[in-house]
Amino acid sequence: MNDPKELKPNENGKPAPGNVFLNESGRKTDKKEGWPRRIWSAVQIPVLAILSGLLLGAVFIVVTSANVYSAFGTGFGAGVREAFSTIASAYGALFEGAFGSPARIAEALRTGEKIERAFKPLFQSFVETTPYIFTGLALALGFRAGVFNIGGEGQIYIGAVLATLVGTTDLGIPPALHVLAAILLGVLGGAFWGFVPGWLKANAGSHEVINTIMMNYIALRLVEFLLTGPMTKAGSGGMPTSNNILDSARIPLVFPRPLTLHWGFFVAIAVAILAWFILFKTKWGFNLQIAGANKHAAKYAGLNVNVWMVLGMTLSGALAGLCGSVQVLGVTYSMGLGVSSGYGFDAISLALLANNNPLGCVLAALLFGFLKTGSRAMMSRTGIPLDIVSIIQAFILVFIAAPAIIRTVFRLRDESKGDSKVVSLSGLGGN
Amino acid sequence: MNMRSVTVESSIHARTLKVRDRVIGGVLIFFALLVYLAFAAAAAPETSSTFIMSRGGVVRGAMGDVVLPSRVVLTVVSVFLAVLGVALFAVGSRGRSGLFLLIGGAGLVFSFLVFVSFDKRINFASLFNSALTMSVPISLGALSGILCERSGITNIAVEGFMLVAAMVGSIVGSVTKNIWAGLLAAMAASCLLSLVHSWLSIRYKVNQVISGTVINIFSLGLTSYISSMYLQNIQALNKTPRFPTVSIPVLADIPFFGPVFFNNSLFVFGMIILVLIFNFLLFRTRWGLRLRAVGEHPKAADTLGVDVFKTRYVAVLLSGLIAGIGGAYFSLGSVGRFDEGMTAGKGFISLAAMIFGGWNPIPSFLAGVLFGFADALASAVSILGSPIPGQFINMLPYVITMVVLGGVVGKGVTGPASAGIPYEKE
Repeated sequence: MNDPKELKPNENGKPAPGNVFLNESGRKTDKKEGWPRRIWSAVQIPVLAILSGLLLGAVFIVVTSANVYSAFGTGFGAGVREAFSTIASAYGALFEGAFGSPARIAEALRTGEKIERAFKPLFQSFVETTPYIFTGLALALGFRAGVFNIGGEGQIYIGAVLATLVGTTDLGIPPALHVLAAILLGVLGGAFWGFVPGWLKANAGSHEVINTIMMNYIALRLVEFLLTGPMTKAGSGGMPTSNNILDSARIPLVFPRPLTLHWGFFVAIAVAILAWFILFKTKWGFNLQIAGANKHAAKYAGLNVNVWMVLGMTLSGALAGLCGSVQVLGVTYSMGLGVSSGYGFDAISLALLANNNPLGCVLAALLFGFLKTGSRAMMSRTGIPLDIVSIIQAFILVFIAAPAIIRTVFRLRDESKGDSKVVSLSGLGGN
Repeated sequence: MNMRSVTVESSIHARTLKVRDRVIGGVLIFFALLVYLAFAAAAAPETSSTFIMSRGGVVRGAMGDVVLPSRVVLTVVSVFLAVLGVALFAVGSRGRSGLFLLIGGAGLVFSFLVFVSFDKRINFASLFNSALTMSVPISLGALSGILCERSGITNIAVEGFMLVAAMVGSIVGSVTKNIWAGLLAAMAASCLLSLVHSWLSIRYKVNQVISGTVINIFSLGLTSYISSMYLQNIQALNKTPRFPTVSIPVLADIPFFGPVFFNNSLFVFGMIILVLIFNFLLFRTRWGLRLRAVGEHPKAADTLGVDVFKTRYVAVLLSGLIAGIGGAYFSLGSVGRFDEGMTAGKGFISLAAMIFGGWNPIPSFLAGVLFGFADALASAVSILGSPIPGQFINMLPYVITMVVLGGVVGKGVTGPASAGIPYEKE
């Protein structure tokens, strides 16, 4: 009972109604198989989902490109060539924008000059990865505890605005403490914003999906009010922003400018490792998962399911609040209405892509962060809007959520039978 | 409901009703105090509030302004609310406490309107009219959600449906210069998305919240992509004619009510007709009974020979068509072009209206009008300037929904029993 690897939410391996199935990371596959095969069976769905998403994204770019149509007008061969060159230039720009130009990096490493310029895109990608790690963890932890926290967006806003409140006030304390105080308040704010829907679910039975959506909008309005009223920076009429974060409350950068990498990235990695450890190596995390995976079993084992559920929701909110605080204190240095560009929603695909595994979240967040940085470069170089990334992410999410599609397309054997992981989620109306 | 003993059930019921009466009585007395202390006391004896009773530019049914002596009116409202509250406490409401709460809420809102227009003029007719207009996407979204969820498929994708419909409606309307073609295209686009939703949730048994999220993310990405790639640069693709304003003969000439209710965009009339039609279909026809049965207890319905999958597919596709009309309102009914993210969360607030209305078309429509009113009030207040910022009024629908869903006032609302659970045929 104390070994988390024994966690089997569904003894007979048959899908229970109302549940999502995420295949377990291959732990329980046939012992006779070699490790390469086992690893492949663990990652095949995510990898194929990502590839299919990128492929469909490419198709989408071609289908919506006016140049391709006009090239097809001159001839079929020209059209095909134009289609491939469009994709190549788009994804090429995406790649260079995310990792930096390979030639430039090689040059910089050889000569030791212009190192900052060569590595800037790479480190920018790490900066973009940071919020995805936090929100991905938030969602994953929620899913593990059996709650669907769709309110990451609101929790980020609350976390960010509270961190800003502390960060713009001169408290007369040392810089390190000032940063910590700002982060702490942000985390508490996010935690509260997660606690309320969790508490309502446990005590009033109202579904957290609806409540978190409602609280997203409440947070948005609240922040809108604060940024146009009490916290507004004089003269920021059109785009309401707060005052700048004081130097003492800023998260320090790792390297001197122009490299933008800040220590928040390493905090995110550390939090992910901590979350992994707690979830899989402590009794505490085991209880959380049991409560999330099977209410009845948990009750039978003497756990108070409601307490664990509220705790899961609160922790999830706290992580999202942390995301907001770190963004404000480490990246933007002031609070605006665009502090979150949909991280709370993107994190849903992210967590599922990572199979709700904290370390998987880091990998998935790297993918999303690099895509995001790359898409900016792609937009400025090829004129393809960066919203293509949302489309790619939507495709990835479809394939992750419906692995049957991937299996049908790629003619894979269904290896998940009998070892499916359950995220228990009922409808909006019921409890 | 279980087959419990009827007497026990009814005595418990009676006791909850009594508690409910007392709670609502207390709320009304609180409202009365609020109106008196916060509003009436703030008025000088000679303060007056002016309500403009005609919409600007609408000639039919015009009516003179109403000037109210603020202090007197507010005192009267306060006393009235107090009397109602005391009556609830002492006598009880005979099961009609909801009505009392409604009257109390109306009294509070009216007092607030009087309060914000101290020595100012507020356009009453425009306020109510824009409440009705702004409720179009909310009510249609709610109706879309109701159809879907009554059949047992959770639908949080209304936002995505509407966003894509708004864009496609604008493009097709602009190219063909035909509003009806635009509307049909918008409905078709939204229906296509709902096909994906139904396919993922019914065929692949994907968690329906995730399926909805996929559609929302995809729709936002798609519309922003097309918008910044083409619509922002090419005017010819994004300048559509709009649906005309229609006034109903005779009725439009009624003072105040004419301009507010009977002189409106076709979308408003269409919305009301659709709500009535689907209310009839859901609760008065065999088709509706089957649809609801499938949403409550699919296995029982299946045993009785109802095709669960087919019923659900039809419901989700219909839901897509209706959301398509709601989305078309943004471009074809309101502004005549498409802007990025122009639905601005109306799809989610329509889910709130759906819950607030207890998954019933007509109450949900009324909830939609209420939420539309909150929007209209917030913008009116921000123009007039008031101590309560518009954002807090904007927040109210969300807060009210959470309160209603949580059952803080009275019994918590619950939706169709099988919503969100994929059906497995054995």
